[in-house]
Amino acid sequence: MAQDKRPLAPHLQVYRWQLTSVLSITHRATGMLLTLGTILLAYWLLAIAAGPGAFASAQALLGSWVGQVVLFLWTLALYYHLCNGIRHLFWDAGYGFEIKTVYASGMAVVLATGVLTVVTWVMAMNGPGGGA
Amino acid sequence: MLRPPIARVRGLGSAKDGVRQWWAQRVTAVALVPLTLWFIASVLSMVGADYAGVVAWIQSPSVTVLFILFFLALFYHAQLGMQVIIEDYIHTEWLKFTSLIVLSFTTIFLGIVCTFAVLKVSLGS
Repeated sequence: MAQDKRPLAPHLQVYRWQLTSVLSITHRATGMLLTLGTILLAYWLLAIAAGPGAFASAQALLGSWVGQVVLFLWTLALYYHLCNGIRHLFWDAGYGFEIKTVYASGMAVVLATGVLTVVTWVMAMNGPGGGA
Repeated sequence: MLRPPIARVRGLGSAKDGVRQWWAQRVTAVALVPLTLWFIASVLSMVGADYAGVVAWIQSPSVTVLFILFFLALFYHAQLGMQVIIEDYIHTEWLKFTSLIVLSFTTIFLGIVCTFAVLKVSLGS
């Protein structure tokens, strides 16, 4: 289409990276990853429904190092999207628009995501079975 | 709701859409906050459990119901979110509409698969 050939101005790369814009696009990126992650959720639940054999294969897959890396990234994306989503809900309610508050809540989201992810994985590693 | 009177006069504007999906996105988001925390906590409590333990967990009535609520909110929310992304970044009309149709089919399919799996475990002997 003709409109695809039109020049884009200003070019995106001239903008300085800012916490606010990076967090904003990360919300979308994690949303997409989490949508993809639901395939994994469906697979795991189907494996449970299929029986002990399928469940054992699924657990082995998720317990492999690739599976653990995927699950770790999934946890990270989930907590980020959850925390930043709550930040969005406050904006929707009309709170937190001051620039200082926007940066403070952004830092809080990053911090909370890190802490929650680490706490979750420490609990998983030291859980009843001592690891997935 | 949430629409100024002038919007009713002028129609739906350049977005060609009303407020319903925006609102549904927020309602599902609010629902997903406690449901996601429940899901993470539950899965965490199941780490290292054997097959019988996981089955017994899903068979608990509250867990079955919470799972189905979680799937409803999750897949509706995912569909609405992905729809916004597709509408924002895909400008070729046929590709945009094809993507939106594939998205609808996929999220509904996955939602039903997840619900079926949980119900099969829950209602199975």
